[in-house]
Amino acid sequence: MGLIEKFLHNPKAPRWGVHPDDHKRPAADAPLRTLPLPARLYVPLLQHVGQPARPVVLVGQEVRKGQLIAEPQGRISAPVHAPTSGRIVAIGEITAPHPSGLPFEAITIETDGHDRAVEADVPADPFTLAPAEVTALISAAGVVGLGGATFPSSVKLALGKRSEITTLIVNGGECEPYLSCDDRVMRDRAADVIDGVRLMLHCTGAREALVGIEDNKPEAIAAMRRAATRFPEIKVRPVPARYPMGSDRQLIETLTGKEVPSDCRAADVGVIVNNVSTANAVHRAVRLGEPLIERIVTINGGAVWQPGNILAPIGTLAADLLAFAGLKSEPARLVMGGPMMGAVLPHARVPIVKGSAGILAFNEDEVAIPEAGPCIRCGNCVQACPIGLLPLEMAANVRVGDLQAAASLGLSDCISCGCCAYICPSHIPLVQYFSHAKGELWAQERDKLRMEATRKLAAERAVRLEREAAEKAEAAARRKAERDAAKRAEAAAKAAAESAVTEVAE
Amino acid sequence: MNLNQLQPPTAPHSLSANSVSRIMLTVLATLVPATIFGFWLYGWPALFLWIITVLAALLGEAACLKLAGNKALPTLSDGSALVTGWLLALSLPPWAPWWIGAVGGLFATTLAKQVFGGLGYNLFNPAMVARVFLLISFPVQMTVWIAPMPITSAAAPGFHDGLLIFLGNIPKPDAIASASLLGFAKTELSRGTDLLHSLVGSAYGISLTGARAGSLGETASLLIAAGGLVLLALRIIAWHIPVSMIAGIAIPALVANAIDPARYLDVTSHLLSGGAMLGAFYIATDYVTSPNTKAGQVVFGLACGFLTYVIRTWGGYPEGVAFAVLVMNACTPVIDRYLKPRILGRNWRGAPLDPAVERAKS
Repeated sequence: MGLIEKFLHNPKAPRWGVHPDDHKRPAADAPLRTLPLPARLYVPLLQHVGQPARPVVLVGQEVRKGQLIAEPQGRISAPVHAPTSGRIVAIGEITAPHPSGLPFEAITIETDGHDRAVEADVPADPFTLAPAEVTALISAAGVVGLGGATFPSSVKLALGKRSEITTLIVNGGECEPYLSCDDRVMRDRAADVIDGVRLMLHCTGAREALVGIEDNKPEAIAAMRRAATRFPEIKVRPVPARYPMGSDRQLIETLTGKEVPSDCRAADVGVIVNNVSTANAVHRAVRLGEPLIERIVTINGGAVWQPGNILAPIGTLAADLLAFAGLKSEPARLVMGGPMMGAVLPHARVPIVKGSAGILAFNEDEVAIPEAGPCIRCGNCVQACPIGLLPLEMAANVRVGDLQAAASLGLSDCISCGCCAYICPSHIPLVQYFSHAKGELWAQERDKLRMEATRKLAAERAVRLEREAAEKAEAAARRKAERDAAKRAEAAAKAAAESAVTEVAE
Repeated sequence: MNLNQLQPPTAPHSLSANSVSRIMLTVLATLVPATIFGFWLYGWPALFLWIITVLAALLGEAACLKLAGNKALPTLSDGSALVTGWLLALSLPPWAPWWIGAVGGLFATTLAKQVFGGLGYNLFNPAMVARVFLLISFPVQMTVWIAPMPITSAAAPGFHDGLLIFLGNIPKPDAIASASLLGFAKTELSRGTDLLHSLVGSAYGISLTGARAGSLGETASLLIAAGGLVLLALRIIAWHIPVSMIAGIAIPALVANAIDPARYLDVTSHLLSGGAMLGAFYIATDYVTSPNTKAGQVVFGLACGFLTYVIRTWGGYPEGVAFAVLVMNACTPVIDRYLKPRILGRNWRGAPLDPAVERAKS
């Protein structure tokens, strides 16, 4: 940013956050491409927040596109469907899309190339259905939040119905640099997104929908405005491009002025947030009867030959997507998601899931992170923190092991957005400090609960033993008393008998 | 695939291009005009003093790093010792003997910085600790000022004479020895001459071109302020400390001067004298020793300014910026303890907000 631009800095821009170089173009401007069907798909059973789905198919079984292959279990869960037709060749462990590279349950499908779909039964006019019925359709289609949290959408919409939602916020912020899949959805499928928004309004009973789109996506704003003209209840609202604008609490505050209390959900203040890609998935589920089996994935990064957005079935390996986009050089790091919050992939043989917005292949220059230096207390992190925390103070406490002090500074409110670590001139890995501390505090909390449970059991045992001892003593005393009474009775009887004998003798 | 396993692979994966050395070098770049102007005004001795002060600061830092078993070069290249030495040099009398600069520079980076653990761990601003140490230990050398003699003028000492002055081998001629405005005003007041009489027709008035006695950082007040504005524009510093510190000096100065102009200096003299501008833009804004919230910075700046005014007006020393900043450095942990930002979704006391109130909004 030049000096003059700094003076002319948008006064309406929020005070929090950072403004990283967004690297969205040219990938965002490249037309959407469709990936040719890969030979094999690896569809994980846990692609959402909650309980993993339970397989309902057997190895060797033929499946069709859109067929249910794993059913939800538990209250918060989502079903999984076959992304194309083919044969189930394995149900078992594969590498998870997570830095640990730990194994993960998945269903492996050998595709047959015919892409035969199951017959879909779609309602003629979903707006004549009861909201609960539409929500049930969304639930059966396995739609989850595609903004990254992957919370089952139907659960969220039902929650909205219960909490008297007034405003539906549709998140088209896409504040993470490099990513443009939501941008592409809004540009190419604006009418579908708006239809999905209307369906979600119907499900939640909200009066209006506010579509927040960062002002660095003028094409998406224009397309969405055009698509929304006939629906006055849907308002497209450009918001300043500032990371993390796509975080729900920040977007809610920017669009409605409401601040979500730190111990509440957005629904508690009458707001619900859903991503634009989720709206698109809701449209497809309800109008076309198509479950969530494919998504648009951004392939970007310095090592990619033709960066852009690719429509790919769920379960496609990152390696297949990278091969399709082409690699200029060996990637120095692979990331699933955005550069600010995304997870490192252990290798490229990891499948994309419902929540995978992008696969980034960074070259050496992009991942060159300088060595961390001492904190100079410049306060840039304090200024950048969208939550109003003191990252430097929290990190200093974590560093010396005083986790309670860090917790008292509001560690639990940290959303791990990475603004502090991004802006730090000393390159201190602040997010790592906080993740470590959160994990440690969580473990301590669990240990404490376990200790309490043990102590309670021990106390109960002591009480029980005491009671048993008392009962035993009481029983013994009773028996003794009975024995004594019997003895006395016997003696009395004897005496009586003796006296009778004496009497008789007389 | 040859993935980089050496770096801790966690988000964020991209960082801003900002760095400590970049910040320090930008600070130095904005000091260059004021410094060059000072050299021009005070000639060779000032240049020599600046060189030795900076070198001594670097040497002190390097020696401590070596003693601690660390490599000196990576830390020296962060530029912080250079900034410390440079700022100290700007606050010294320009014709002070060489050992003032040498002792001050060494003191600043060793006893005021490295013994606390180096950059980021010192409680007090190293340059100001060194300046106060010099002022208390060597009051004579630290209060002899000279009237400016531009290097091009006939009276200015040449390279050779300049070196002799710097080495303390020739005494400064009485004719050019002078007092700073604040010092002169204080002396005259203590002699019973009020300001309306003492300042009239004297050479001690404020001169916007810097033609007056003082340190490099004092005479070039306007250039220092300009450099500070550049730092503000580049967002290296925020406005909170400079503006509140200037207000802290200006408000009491305006009030007192309006009440009794014979006893209290006017606001312009206060703002452009001593270390007011250097202090407001470069010393009080030191990241390490100032509060890290905006509210805290305003309190800190106001207090720095007010204390400066109090020391100048009623204290034993004619100038008080260094003392004021050090006192407020000591208060910084307290300010940081009580003035914290409000956490989103919580009130100022840290309790979660009331959802019913938020629901009712808009």
